[in-house]
Amino acid sequence: MTESAVVMKSVNKWYGQFHVLRDINLDVKKGERIVICGPSGSGKSTMIRCINRLEEHQQGDIIVDGIPLTTNVKNIDDVRREVGMVFQHFNLFPHLTVLENCTLAPMWVRKEPKAQAEETAMKFLKRVKIPEQALKYPGQLSGGQQQRVAIARALCMNPKIMLFDEPTSALDPEMIKEVLDVMVDLAQGGMTMLCVTHEMAFARQVANRVIFMDQGQIVEQNEPNEFFLNPQSPRTKLFLEQILH
Amino acid sequence: MTVNTPHSKSVPPPAPAGGVSWFYDPKIRGYASQIIVVALLLWGLYVIIGNTQANLTKLNQNFGFGFLTQAAGFDLSTSLIEYSSTSTYGRAIFAGLLNTILVAVLGIIFATIIGFLVGVMRLSKNRVVAGAATLYIELIRNVPLLLQIFMWYALVLKPLPGVKDAHSLFGIVFLSKKGIVMPHPNFGPGAWAGLLFLVAALVGTWLFRRRARKLQDETGKITPVWLISIPIIILSPFIGLALAGWPLAFDYPELKGFNFSGGMTMVPEMAALLIALIVYSATFIAETVRSGIQAVSHGQSEASSALGLSRGRALRLVIIPQAMRVIIPPLASQYLNLTKNSSLAIAVGFPDLMYAGGTVNNQSGKAIEVVFILMVVYLSLSLFTAAFMNWFNSRMKMVER
Repeated sequence: MTESAVVMKSVNKWYGQFHVLRDINLDVKKGERIVICGPSGSGKSTMIRCINRLEEHQQGDIIVDGIPLTTNVKNIDDVRREVGMVFQHFNLFPHLTVLENCTLAPMWVRKEPKAQAEETAMKFLKRVKIPEQALKYPGQLSGGQQQRVAIARALCMNPKIMLFDEPTSALDPEMIKEVLDVMVDLAQGGMTMLCVTHEMAFARQVANRVIFMDQGQIVEQNEPNEFFLNPQSPRTKLFLEQILH
Repeated sequence: MTVNTPHSKSVPPPAPAGGVSWFYDPKIRGYASQIIVVALLLWGLYVIIGNTQANLTKLNQNFGFGFLTQAAGFDLSTSLIEYSSTSTYGRAIFAGLLNTILVAVLGIIFATIIGFLVGVMRLSKNRVVAGAATLYIELIRNVPLLLQIFMWYALVLKPLPGVKDAHSLFGIVFLSKKGIVMPHPNFGPGAWAGLLFLVAALVGTWLFRRRARKLQDETGKITPVWLISIPIIILSPFIGLALAGWPLAFDYPELKGFNFSGGMTMVPEMAALLIALIVYSATFIAETVRSGIQAVSHGQSEASSALGLSRGRALRLVIIPQAMRVIIPPLASQYLNLTKNSSLAIAVGFPDLMYAGGTVNNQSGKAIEVVFILMVVYLSLSLFTAAFMNWFNSRMKMVER
């Protein structure tokens, strides 16, 4: 039995009266790659944002890399060091260069010397194939390039788990592939990944498991081939019909 | 089937198409509108100057600044330079200008400090803190400043006891109808040591900060620079003075007859004006700061949190540098407003530039010259502030595309 990277037990969350997450149970093994899909408003983003405490859950337990997420600030800091996140809108720091974006957290959180942080940053910028943009500012790059910088920035903290929150939804069609290529490369390197995405080709190629969510619940989960060819729930069938044309 | 191959050589831009009627030519339209504006301006100037000259001749007056050397014959309740009723009109206006600058500088410093604090407080998650800040801002910025000056004047001056029963703070600071009387520091020979140590501490901090950055770059170690520097900066002038044998004596105020002798006095007019200006301007600065911080998208703090940066570091390294470029331009207008609003001093009789100028005007009858001087001086003050803030802004500007 392999160890768990993320465990969610009977997690519930409300926004005021609105029940966004209903009794979520999830066990992600180390090295596992999970794709989460579902209609908008189904709670996919909220669920993965609970994993690094950008959102607070109100009921149930979340354990990340053996650390329970409680109100304990120390635990939250520890979890955030282990978990990298990539956002839909990149959220790069516009006042810093690409290189500074990548070295900021290693220098101020991990207390790495500048040279070492820069070396790591250049390594990951090479991995996402934009080392030549290191001294530019985010505003000077295309959307696809910015998202690749965002991935490199997260990787510079050497995370054990990577969260992707619709990483290609804000991109022009021609730029989606360059970002997905980087994510595939990452998956093949053995990273534990949770991706909220509607890129079904990506799901088929790298995912161990696809999770379908609707109205705050996990409706169905299966390995990709079964999931796409033989969906069980009528809601999953309807959703797949709509997105696969 | 045809395939368009891309041009192998770049092609020069085509010559502009001719044959457009001159009426629709943007170049000609541009020139024409500029000529019309300049013509209107010149005509306006001609009318104003012509009218003024005609009126001056009618009133049997001539334009000139000779009156500035005449004796003023009126007193100012407070002045930073030697001034009495036998001084000249020019000196009266200059004393007024210094008072205006004093109020403006003190006002800007304190309004900025309070404004930043209140602006950040209004964004606090603590409801009591945020509510208090909101109440303060909404209450103060919606009441006219002039009314507030009167209110503080009545509040500061009226209820205070006379000189005989002055409120005393440790027997060295006195609060009465005459204002606030404080000890006046007299520096003896060797007092420069205090200043020298202060400057040394500031330079030292600057070097220390550079050293700490270099240390962080090289080893990753983070030094709490300000935690160490601030106490040293505060203590340094005292250390300097102590080493020089304490060449500092205070001239303490003493009650003699019906007034205090010695010490230095802040007249109640100035206190009222200054408090009102600070309290009022701070609300606008607070709103500027709040909107600046809110203008930085929420995604920036989320990204900082996701990377493990603490709230304080996220503010210092990510949020504030971005908020500053939104805050500075409106902050500059708030400083200009404060400086110009200080002319309301005339309402409580604090002898600022406006008050001195107004009195000179009443006595000499040189309305045009006085108004001209006042306009030029206020304009220069404002332009100086604006130039400084522009310089500051260009330093903080973000590099984009």
